[in-house]
Amino acid sequence: MSFLGVVFDGIAYGSLLFLISVGLSITLGLMNVVNLAHGAFAMFGGYCSVWLTTTWGLPFLWTLPCVCLAGAGVGALAERLLYQRLYRASHLDQVLLTIGLTFMAVAAATFFWGPTQQRVELPDFLRGQVSVLGLDLGAYRSFLIGVVVLISLGLRGLIERTRFGAQLRAAVDNQQVSAGLGIPVQRVFCLAFALGSALAALGGALGIELLGLEPSFALEYLVYFLLVVSVGGAGSVRGTAFAALALGLCDVAGKYYVPQIGAFIIYALMIVLLMLFPAGLQGRRA
Amino acid sequence: MLDSPTMTAIKLWGSVFSGFGALGLGMSLLLGGLLSACESKRAEPAAGTATTSASASPSTPEPEPKPGPAPAAPGPVKIGLIAPFSGPFAGAGKQIEGGVRAWLDQHGGKVAGREIELLVKDVTGVAPDVAKSLAQGLIVRDKVDFLAGFVLTPNALAVAPLATEAKKPMVIMNAATSVITTKSPYVVRVSFTLPQVSAPLASWAAKNGIKSVYTLVSDYAPGADAEGQFKKTFEAAGGKIVDSLRVPVQNPDFAPYIQRIKDKKPQAVFIFVPAGAQGTAFLKAFQERGLSKQGIRVLATGDVTEDQELDAMGDAALGVVTTHHYSAAHDSPENTAFKQAFSKVTGGKVRANFMAVGGYDGMAAIAQVIEKLGGQIDGDRAMEAFKGLQLQSPRGPIRIDPETRDVIQTVYVRKVEQRPDGFYNVEFDHFDEQKDPGK
Amino acid sequence: MRGVPKSVRDLSFWLLPVAGFFAFPDYLVLGSQMLIAGLFALSLDLCLGYAGIVSLGHASFFGVGAYTAGLLALHGWHEPLTGLCVASLAAALAGLATSFLVVDRQGLTRLMVTLGVGFLLHELANRASSITGGTDGLSSLELDPVLGLFRFELSGKVAYLYAGGVAFLAFVFVRRVVRSPFGLSLQGVRENAARMPALGVPVRRRLIAAYTLAAALAGVAGALNAQTTGFVGLETLGFERSASVLIMLVLGGAGRLQGAFLGSALFLVAQHLLSEQSPAFWQFWLGGLVVALSFFARGGLLGALDALLGSLRRRGLAPAGGAGAGP
Repeated sequence: MSFLGVVFDGIAYGSLLFLISVGLSITLGLMNVVNLAHGAFAMFGGYCSVWLTTTWGLPFLWTLPCVCLAGAGVGALAERLLYQRLYRASHLDQVLLTIGLTFMAVAAATFFWGPTQQRVELPDFLRGQVSVLGLDLGAYRSFLIGVVVLISLGLRGLIERTRFGAQLRAAVDNQQVSAGLGIPVQRVFCLAFALGSALAALGGALGIELLGLEPSFALEYLVYFLLVVSVGGAGSVRGTAFAALALGLCDVAGKYYVPQIGAFIIYALMIVLLMLFPAGLQGRRA
Repeated sequence: MLDSPTMTAIKLWGSVFSGFGALGLGMSLLLGGLLSACESKRAEPAAGTATTSASASPSTPEPEPKPGPAPAAPGPVKIGLIAPFSGPFAGAGKQIEGGVRAWLDQHGGKVAGREIELLVKDVTGVAPDVAKSLAQGLIVRDKVDFLAGFVLTPNALAVAPLATEAKKPMVIMNAATSVITTKSPYVVRVSFTLPQVSAPLASWAAKNGIKSVYTLVSDYAPGADAEGQFKKTFEAAGGKIVDSLRVPVQNPDFAPYIQRIKDKKPQAVFIFVPAGAQGTAFLKAFQERGLSKQGIRVLATGDVTEDQELDAMGDAALGVVTTHHYSAAHDSPENTAFKQAFSKVTGGKVRANFMAVGGYDGMAAIAQVIEKLGGQIDGDRAMEAFKGLQLQSPRGPIRIDPETRDVIQTVYVRKVEQRPDGFYNVEFDHFDEQKDPGK
Repeated sequence: MRGVPKSVRDLSFWLLPVAGFFAFPDYLVLGSQMLIAGLFALSLDLCLGYAGIVSLGHASFFGVGAYTAGLLALHGWHEPLTGLCVASLAAALAGLATSFLVVDRQGLTRLMVTLGVGFLLHELANRASSITGGTDGLSSLELDPVLGLFRFELSGKVAYLYAGGVAFLAFVFVRRVVRSPFGLSLQGVRENAARMPALGVPVRRRLIAAYTLAAALAGVAGALNAQTTGFVGLETLGFERSASVLIMLVLGGAGRLQGAFLGSALFLVAQHLLSEQSPAFWQFWLGGLVVALSFFARGGLLGALDALLGSLRRRGLAPAGGAGAGP
């Protein structure tokens, strides 16, 4: 009984991780930019949602598409103004720029909202538990999994069946040749970054219930996103999904069955996986 | 003309000087100039509110200068306040400073004819080396009479030896680990210790029909303290600890832990997690999984439902029974006056919590000591004055134990209820004269 | 500065801390922290600026050194200099053990491994609280006088000279290493690891050696920190410390030894000043500074100064020769 409950919780946690991390995976795989500010984009989405519900009184579910748009906008802007200069830069410079941005984001969040945590009002049908096939499953977690599944399907459709998706895949595989074939690589970068940021922002908003929202969110959870991407392999959506689910399940199962080990599991697991698969589970860049 | 070796030497020194030396001297001068400019700007006394209005915001460490010269007196009494004002613990620092300034506001910023000058320093978080550096600066450069503040235990532990060496009284306004007051004979605490509030909770639980408890604490020293004391007292009173869990300090998801608790079906859960997001996360998960419907009660120390965060926790916190030394809902004239003064100096945006009371009472204690010494501050005599000191605090009556220099106070048992103006910890039982059992 | 031997130029930088000792007697505790941070940044420079390994977990070795020195002092071994040596050895061992995880990987993977090791060690230290004191740390560490003569006291004079002396020796040592064939081969590996084997350079072994050496030096810095503050806590192993040392190094200029010390000094002074003026916004300005650095001053302060001097030289306004001790 409880085993299925643990699996369900693990999948929920993993889905959230996937939603936020997929943007980072695309960015890293496509542009080879280590974006440590990705957590800040997710946090931005969370705070947007809070702002919309508290100042404008919007119901939580309506804030989600708004947050996506806001995330996309901010992402596109950041890409044009800042990240563009990083494509040829060393990893150190990228780390620095993005850490600097993260610090600024954390300070800005503290300034506008204070250091305490934020909350959102969930609609009633998302609270409590629902009974599915004799199991008591969290309503919100079920909703979360549903949303992520839909988005994953949409993403897959986008990447595998649209022109943009084809251009994206080509640019990830080999930038120079793609440019040589007339693919507008710069535009692809910008759109991909915007997409990734939109998804991260959505994940941040959806994550308020699960992970909480404080200014330190950007740095605290960054490790998990980086973990997922490096284990799953940069540039691969499927790899990210596997890694996110694996890590989510292992983390939850570990905490349930062997709580004494606690936080070790996730880091030890990461190191082991990275030693075995240096390019990640399905990575394309070594 | 000068011979070749001399020319070379001149050129050598000329180059060294002009090249790197200029840079070096320039930087030294720049740094020195900046540092001393900053030090001299800060020699302002804390202003009484009758004359100035801009002292309302406690985040500015430099209050307005008082108009007119001070009377021919030994000058202001300087108090160095070391607390975090940036980073994850920024809220704590602001609460403490708010409490101190609330007291100063109520008393015109003067004690025994001397002005009180507050020097506020940001320790930025858990940073013992920064704390030590700040304390040393306060003692040696600014020549403070008292060191105060200290939210986090490691910072307090690092500064204690300095207090001993310099013979400066060190007033702990928040840090809650038992061992701190043993580290120096110049340390006095006015806040609380975790064992001090955990033991009464266990007694209350045992007396009120709770026989089996599942404990869940964050895996760090305060959590271990709380768990240890609760277990000791509860088992001594005949209760049974069904199981114990230690969760990572920054744990994103409590679901698996809640599931384990659900499986074991205890009568109550005792938790200790850092105030804020963790407490909310736990309680939400607890509620979502229907454990409250199963009749499992939540017992916690008051840190989990502390006043600043309580409104954000909302419904999830209803019915949680906690023990602590201060609640904003405490009904007394001192508390009403305190809350008003706090609201005035902080702009009314946040609710005062137990840390603000720590700041307030710490300042009150220091003031009483200054009065007793007639304005002549001496480290050893000040410590003698602290021992046995009594205060009617906004939380209730408190006194300082002359043997341990720790606080003896009433610990209240409260339940979270919703009132028209928000969620509050409403007191319904109390344990008087509680000492720190950790010693 | 043609005609001035390079060693004089490089070492003349150390006139600054000496001048500081006399000019700012009230700030010696801050000064010794600058020196310790500078030494820590120097060790990272060896790893990052010269060998090209970007590490976000370098504080692991700082922490290992700090805890070793702290535990020695706590359990009866109060002599500071030998404590320093033992701590350095312990950190070197830790570096050697983890170097195998780090040298074989590139890019993000390597970064994550360093990060992961840092977090693991942090968690381990938290768990083993009976040894490490957990979040309470090891406090009230007592140390014998340095060389039997100089006690650590309130004004911080002895601590400053102790830290300064050790840092100076380390600087001289690292400078030797960096200018040796070993050091030059490291730079070669940093520039183009694929070509180095053609020159007969065992890349992997060099990187392991460099990483271990960097760890040893970081351990010295950690031990100094423990001995001069009398306290060791979990934050010596934390991510914050790893991130801030990286920023300090880049601020001053990586790949130039003095950059480590200049960056640390600047960082700590700025922190000291800003946290008095506006404590909540220290983080914001720091972030902004780092962003600006990555755009305009990729070589840090020394790089910017070099550029400035270069342009002045072109206009004939300054003597020939560089400002810092570039390799």
